[in-house]
Amino acid sequence: MILSQNITVEKVWQLLENIYDPEIPVLSVIDLGIVRDVHLIKHPSNKEHIKVVITPTYSGCPAMDVISMNIKMALLQSGFKNSKIIQQLSPAWTTDWMTEKAKEKLKAYGIAAPLGKSFDKKHLEELKVECPQCRSKSTRLLSQFGSTACKALYQCNDCKEPFDYFKCH
Amino acid sequence: MKLTSTQVSPSEGFREAFILHLADNSLILGHRLSEWTGHGPMLEQDIAMSNIALDLIGQARNFYQYAAELINASKAPSFARPDDPVRRRESLSEVRLPEVTEDTLAYLREAKEFKNILLTELPNGDWAKTILKLFFFSTYQYFLYQKLIHSSDKQLSAIAEKSLKEVTYHLRWSSEWVIRLGDGTDESHNRIQTALDEVWGYTGEMFIPSDYEMQCAQTGIGVDVNLLKNDWDKKINEVLMEATLLSPKGERQGVRPIHNGKQGLHTEILETLLKEMQYLQRTYPGCEW
Repeated sequence: MILSQNITVEKVWQLLENIYDPEIPVLSVIDLGIVRDVHLIKHPSNKEHIKVVITPTYSGCPAMDVISMNIKMALLQSGFKNSKIIQQLSPAWTTDWMTEKAKEKLKAYGIAAPLGKSFDKKHLEELKVECPQCRSKSTRLLSQFGSTACKALYQCNDCKEPFDYFKCH
Repeated sequence: MKLTSTQVSPSEGFREAFILHLADNSLILGHRLSEWTGHGPMLEQDIAMSNIALDLIGQARNFYQYAAELINASKAPSFARPDDPVRRRESLSEVRLPEVTEDTLAYLREAKEFKNILLTELPNGDWAKTILKLFFFSTYQYFLYQKLIHSSDKQLSAIAEKSLKEVTYHLRWSSEWVIRLGDGTDESHNRIQTALDEVWGYTGEMFIPSDYEMQCAQTGIGVDVNLLKNDWDKKINEVLMEATLLSPKGERQGVRPIHNGKQGLHTEILETLLKEMQYLQRTYPGCEW
């Protein structure tokens, strides 16, 4: 067990690599790009506390509360009792913060990764989303809203498999 | 400006009232839309409606959390300075009120304390009416949040920035449905045309500012809702035209806007909605699961 005195900001970042999104269990909070900052705050009394700043993906995303709790638990398991998880709204989270590694992991999991950049309004137009199963580009939008708020539902015209597309946001 | 014309109590500032108004709009419509969960015409649309409801309730949470923070802070100073004799006397005579939270604001206020516009509380009716209400409201939120991003209040600006991304999808989805129904079969066309004539009178309220909205707009916190009207009209007309729908009977200038939700004067239907939504907290206070 790591003693709390030995906790460093770097260690917290490492720890966060192992906190996964409960809805998409292949992505860590780092992959998703929702961790904005980690601070180690030393009090005059020599006590310390860790502050982790995260940005919610969607306003009503029920995974956020679970993620906050999981971060707190992981810190606790590493012997660190004093932690605060702060949710910060601005700047608003965007899929642009998702790592390339995350997009690869999504594909391997069967979810098409977000296309383009969020400032580019093309993401609201019809997109050529690649089927994560057979790699065909002949796909169609079934519904803008999929199994969770962050996904849309597509279907492949070739292999006929329906699949989730992580929306550009 | 007369305070008596609204439900704003002296302990509740204009800023708090404005934030509650924004929160109530999102919560009440979000709750209405959630009534479709499990009843949508097909699975995809059931899921879409539930997702939109979730977004709206999420936005409401952000507003309520912020309102609670401000309300609690405004109560705090009288306890903070025991060395000040005047304040001390005040604090002793004051009954210490329980902390306000997002939950007490959503679940323990009475209908007359809610500041949502009447459009959001109207019963869902059929799919066409629900879609149309959502379309009118999403268009309104779309232009409102674009301006609220520039609020001098950093937290309101942040919530607007976050919410706008979600509302953009709501607007797109509901516009497509208005077009699909209007330009669809005779049945769908008639239904949405009927809904249009029924709901139209409720849209004027969005652009009639309450005094807390005016105060907030003047101080740079809020938005002058009058200025949203042109953009709103333009977008609505564009979509209605594509949907082959007739302009609502009598045009808007001829329709007396049905309003006062912002002032806490609601239709009796809000009571029914709150009865259901608040049932658990009122029956088992403080319950969590």
